[in-house]
Amino acid sequence: MMDTTYLFGRLTLDAFKHDMIETAVGVSALLIGIAITALLTYYKKWRWLWYDWLTSVDHKKIGVMYLIVATIMLFKGVVEALMMRAQQVLSVGDSYGYLSSPHFQQIFTAHGTNMIFFVAMGLTFALINFLVPLQIGARDVAFPFLNSLSFWLFAAGAALLVISMNIGVFSSAGWVAYPPLSGIEYSPGVGVDYWIWSVQISGAGTLLSGVNFLVTILNMRCPGMTLMKMPLFIWSVLIVLVLIIFAFPILTATAGMLSLDRFFGTHFFTPDAGGSPMMYINLIWAWGHPEVYILIMPAFGIFSEIVPVFSEKRIFGYVSMVWAMGSIAFFSFLVWLHHFFTMGAGANVNAFFAFMTMIIAVPTGVKIFNWLFTMLRGKIHFTSPMLWFMGFVVIFTIGGMDGVLMAVAPVDFQVHNSLFLIAHFHSVIIGGVVFGLFSGFTYWWPKIFGFKLNEKLGEYAAFCWIFGFLLAFIPLYILGLMGATRRLDHYELSTGWRPLFIVALAGGLVIAIGIFFQLLQILVSFRDRKKNADRTGDPWNGRTLEWSTSSPPPFYNFAVIPEVQDRDAFWTMKHGSHGEGKPRYEQIHMPKSTAIGVYIGAFSFLFGFAAIWQILWLAIVGFIGIMASLIVRLSDRSTSTYVAIEEIEKIEEERGRA
Amino acid sequence: MRQGTFQSYLLGFAACLILTLAAYFVASGHLFSKMNLDLAIAAITALQGCLFLFVYLELGQERKPRWNMTVFLFMIGVAALILVGSIWIMYHLNYNLMLHT
Amino acid sequence: MNEHKHHADLHFIEVSKNTIFGFWVYLMTDAILFATLFATYAVLHDNTFGGPSARELFSLPHALGATIVLLASSLTCALAMVAVSKSDKTKTIGWYGATFLLGVCFLAMVGTEFARLIASGNGWDRNAFLTAYFTLIGTHALHIVFGLLFMIVFLWEVFRRGLVPVTIRRLTCLKLFWFFSYFIWIFMFGIVYLIGAS
Repeated sequence: MMDTTYLFGRLTLDAFKHDMIETAVGVSALLIGIAITALLTYYKKWRWLWYDWLTSVDHKKIGVMYLIVATIMLFKGVVEALMMRAQQVLSVGDSYGYLSSPHFQQIFTAHGTNMIFFVAMGLTFALINFLVPLQIGARDVAFPFLNSLSFWLFAAGAALLVISMNIGVFSSAGWVAYPPLSGIEYSPGVGVDYWIWSVQISGAGTLLSGVNFLVTILNMRCPGMTLMKMPLFIWSVLIVLVLIIFAFPILTATAGMLSLDRFFGTHFFTPDAGGSPMMYINLIWAWGHPEVYILIMPAFGIFSEIVPVFSEKRIFGYVSMVWAMGSIAFFSFLVWLHHFFTMGAGANVNAFFAFMTMIIAVPTGVKIFNWLFTMLRGKIHFTSPMLWFMGFVVIFTIGGMDGVLMAVAPVDFQVHNSLFLIAHFHSVIIGGVVFGLFSGFTYWWPKIFGFKLNEKLGEYAAFCWIFGFLLAFIPLYILGLMGATRRLDHYELSTGWRPLFIVALAGGLVIAIGIFFQLLQILVSFRDRKKNADRTGDPWNGRTLEWSTSSPPPFYNFAVIPEVQDRDAFWTMKHGSHGEGKPRYEQIHMPKSTAIGVYIGAFSFLFGFAAIWQILWLAIVGFIGIMASLIVRLSDRSTSTYVAIEEIEKIEEERGRA
Repeated sequence: MRQGTFQSYLLGFAACLILTLAAYFVASGHLFSKMNLDLAIAAITALQGCLFLFVYLELGQERKPRWNMTVFLFMIGVAALILVGSIWIMYHLNYNLMLHT
Repeated sequence: MNEHKHHADLHFIEVSKNTIFGFWVYLMTDAILFATLFATYAVLHDNTFGGPSARELFSLPHALGATIVLLASSLTCALAMVAVSKSDKTKTIGWYGATFLLGVCFLAMVGTEFARLIASGNGWDRNAFLTAYFTLIGTHALHIVFGLLFMIVFLWEVFRRGLVPVTIRRLTCLKLFWFFSYFIWIFMFGIVYLIGAS
C-alpha cells in the first residue's frame, strides 16, 4: 500500500465520510455553488464579479462582501442553534435524540465560533467598512489594499470553518478551546486544528483592519472635524480599534501556543511536564473579555446615530457618551478573571475582579439613560430601526443586570457555566449586538444599495425577534437557576426541565420566522427597488456626512472634501447658510483594484488546510505563495490612478438630475 | 542633543553598551543579594530600554498630536496589565492548587 | 502639470505619514504578542519538572555576545539611515549590508545556543520552562529572520530604483522594525538571561 502521508498528510478518504445531516448540508452547498457558477456563466458576469467586486479595494464594496459572507454564516449559526434546541427537547430519559454526542459537541463549538468570529465581527466590519470613510469625510481608508487583504483573510478563515463540516471534523472543545481537552492527547483529530487556523487567519485580518481604521480615523478626518466633533459611531469604532489592537495579539499568541503544544509536543498547557492548562484559560479570557466589548461597542455607536435621527433631537450628553465608551474600554481590560471565578484564585483575587466587573455597569447605564433622554421630548418615529432599539433597551438591560448579578463571585459559583450564563450572554449579544446591527443595516440600507427596505416586513421581523428571543431565553434563565448546565446533550425527565426546553425551542422557531420575514423583506424590497429608490441621498433626514452623498455614493465618496464646523455636520449644512455656487473640482487620487488580496487569502487558506492535515509540501506552497504575493505587491509601481475632472463633473451632474 | 544624528546614534550605542555590560557584571558577579540583584538588573534593563526608545526609536520628539507616544503608552499599560495580572492570578491559582508542596 | 506634481507630492507625504504611523501601530501589536509570551515565561519558568533550571543551562557570556552583536547591528542600521538622509545610495546599501551580516551572526549565536540545549536533551518538549524559553527567544529570532528577508527585498529595490520616496519610506519602516526588535531583546536579555540565570 503506497504511503500517502507525503502527498496527503493525515488526509484520508475517511475524512470525507459523514452522517446524513452533514452530507446533506455538504451536498446542498455544492449544488448551490454549482447553481451560482452556472448563473454567472450564463449571464456572462465573471468579469464583472472579478474586476468590479472581488479585486476591489473600495471600502464600500468590501463592506458589502463582508455583509454577504457574514449573512451566510448567520444562517449556518441559526441552524446550529435550532439543532441544539431540538436535540435538548428530544434527548430525555431513554431517548438520546437524533444527534450523537460527538456531533452535538461539534455543533455547539461551531455555533459559538461561527457567531462570534464570523457573524458578529463580519457584520460589524461590514458596517465599519462602509461607513467610516463616509462619516469622516474621507475618500477611502488609509490602506485600501490592506483592507481588501483583511477581507480575504476573513473569508479564508470562514472557508476553513465551512469545509470542516465535510472534510474531517470540526473542534468539539467549545468555542474557546480549553486544554487539556483541546490538547493533542484528548483531541488528537483535526477538529481543534481547524478551530485554531480558522481563528488565527481571520484574526490576522481583524488585526490588520484594526491598524488600518485607526490610522484612517486619526489621520484622515476632513478639515474641521476635530475628535469631539466626530459622529458617535466613529467614536465607538475608534475605541473598538484600540481594543482590537491591544487584545487580538493575545489571541494570536495563545492559539499559537496551543498549536505548538499540538504539533510539536511542547508543554505550555499540558497537564504534565510542568504545563499549566489554567494559564491558557487566563490568557484566552484576557483576550476574550475585550473581545465581547469589541462586539458591543459598534452597536452602541449605531444606536447613538439612530436614536437622534428618529427622535428629531440631538444626542443627549455627547461628551459623557465619549467618556462612557472610553471608560468601558479601559475597564474591559481589568475584568477578565470573572470568566473563571470558580477556577480557584481565592477570595482576594476574585473580589478585585468582581469589583471591577460591577463598575463597568455604571458607564453602560449612563449610555442607556442618555439614549432615553434623547428620546424625551423628541418627535419620535417608530420605524423598524427604533423598534430594534426598543427591543435592545429591554433585552440588553436584562442581560446587563444579570451580568452584574454574576459579578458577585459567590453567586457566580452557583450559576457558572449553567444555562443562566448562556441566557445572559445571549441577552447582551442578541439584544445588544444583533439588534444593533439589524437596526443599523435597516437604517443604512438605502445608502448602501440605493433603495429603502420594506418597512412593514421589517416591523414584523423585529416583533418576531423580540418576542421569539424572550420565549427562547427566559426559560434558559430559569433552567440555569434550576441547575441545568450548558452544553448538555441529554438529561433525565425527573429534572422537570423538558417543558422549559420545549418553550425555548418554540422561541427559536419564532426567531426563525423573524429571519424568514427579513429574507422576504430583502426580496420584496429588491423587487420594489425602483419604487423605493432613495433619490435624494437623505431618506431619513439624517445628521451626519454620509447622508450628503448620493445613494449609493460615487466611488470617490465626495467630489469635494467637506469642511465641517460642528457635530452633526450634515445637519448644520442643511440648516445653516452655505456658500453655494458651482463647486471647484480637482483631480481625485484613487487606488486601483488588485488581485493580490485574493491570492494571499487563497494561499492562506491552503496554508491553513495544509497545517491542519499536516501536508508539508502544501504548507510550503502556501507560505511561499503568501510571501511572493506580498513581494509582487511591494514591487508594483502603479497602484493608484487619477480621476479626471470631466468624469467627476459627469457623475455629479447625473446625480443632480436624478 | 538632536535626535536622529550620527552623534546621537553613536553616543546612544555607547551608553547602551555600557548599560548592557553593567547589567551583565552585576548579574554574573552576584554583586547583591537575590532580590536586590533582580531589582538592580531590572532597573538597568528598564533604563537601557528607555534610552534606546529615546535615541533610536526617537520617541518623544514628534509634534502634536503625539499619536506615536499615545499608542506606545497604551501598549505599555496593557502589557503591564497582562504581565502583572497573569503573574498575580497564576500565583494564587497555583498556591491554592497546592502545587508548591 | 506643476499643480499635478504638487498634488502628487502632498498626497505622497500624507501617504508616507500614514504608512509610518500604521507600521508603528503594528509594532505595538507585536509588543503585546511578546508581552503575552513574556507573561507565559514568567508563569512557567520554574516548572522544570525535575529538569535543570535556567541557572544550570544558560550561558551568560554567550547571551552577552549575542546582545552586543544585535546592538551593533542597530548602530549600523542607524548609520544606514543617516546615509539615506544624505541621499548616499552606496553607503546606505553598505551599512545595511553590515546590518544584515550582524543579524545573521546574531541568529547563528541564538541557533548554536538552541542546538546545544537540544543536543543535551533539553529541547522544548522536555518541560514547560524550556517550552516557554524556546518560544519566547525563538519568536524573537523569527522576527529577525523576517527582518533580514525584507532587508534583502528592500535593498534590491534601492539598488535598482535608488533612494526615491517609496524606497525611503520602506527603509524607514524597516529601521523601525529592526530597532524595535532590539528593544524587545533588551528585556529578553535582562529578564530571561540575567535575572533568570543568576
